[in-house]
Amino acid sequence: MSGMSLIVKRITNIVSGFIFMYGIYIILHGHLTPGGGFAGGVIIAGSLILRILAFGSSAEKEKELSRRVPRLMSIGLLIFWGSAFAGLLIASVFFLNAPIFGLGKPFHLLSAGLIPICNIGIGINVAAGLFSIFLALASVKYIMED
Amino acid sequence: MIEIYLFLVFMIIAAIIAIEIKDLLAAAIAVGAVGFSVAILFILLQAPDLAIVQIVVEILTVIIFVAVIFRTTAIDETITKRFTPMQIFGLFFYGFFVILFLIIMEKIFNQLSPFGSPIMKIASEYIKMGLPKVGGVNIVADIILDFRGLDTLGEATVLFTSAIGVLAVMRKIGRK
Repeated sequence: MSGMSLIVKRITNIVSGFIFMYGIYIILHGHLTPGGGFAGGVIIAGSLILRILAFGSSAEKEKELSRRVPRLMSIGLLIFWGSAFAGLLIASVFFLNAPIFGLGKPFHLLSAGLIPICNIGIGINVAAGLFSIFLALASVKYIMED
Repeated sequence: MIEIYLFLVFMIIAAIIAIEIKDLLAAAIAVGAVGFSVAILFILLQAPDLAIVQIVVEILTVIIFVAVIFRTTAIDETITKRFTPMQIFGLFFYGFFVILFLIIMEKIFNQLSPFGSPIMKIASEYIKMGLPKVGGVNIVADIILDFRGLDTLGEATVLFTSAIGVLAVMRKIGRK
């Protein structure tokens, strides 16, 4: 894959950062506006896939990426499981929401207890998972060549 | 209400085109039309959460379809015009079961309680207790991450496991 034409590359350079930021916005505002971890994670994975499709990539780069991205996926899942187990450690209730930060005021960014942290964990998990699946499918060609 | 039925008819036509057409690129575009109609239906039914996910996943799916079609073949050779006796037999049974299904469903739907007053009262409890107990303004996030948190935990783990499965099948090291 050597990438697409110059027009596509320029547009991708301008747009992909904004798509990435929009994904982060969807994740961080998951408890306030529609969306959440899954939707934001898919948007972030989409912006990364857009870059790979527009600019192309080399065998070395894809092997390097497909070694590193699954670790990020595990980190995201561990954040979610950790926030589920935090309640078990503190008050011996699984999935306890309130007592670590308190509920906060509604309509504020820092509110709703552990829900933003759960959203961040799901977002990292979904983004890295979809991107690593795409990388695995895209790098089949290099594996065949070897 | 009428636009929902229009979109349903459009989706059925697009789905039939997607499985019957010979040109695979047109079939992928028809699949995309079905998916975006589902997204518009979610917006019409006031479910923006689902609409966001549906649009993005549909874009990814169509992009992967188109990339695969560009690298392989673009004509489906398996579609033939003539029906074999086995297919006619299958169509007959299919029609029989569709009619049976409609008859049974008609009886079941008549037994259900009317729309807006469900048998299970737990959903209204979720809506009532969402803001005071959990504190999130987005009621969907309250439900999927607190009231039904275990469900979402299992879902995220299933996604992780499936991604690990794809990587394990596709990797090179340790295959031999």
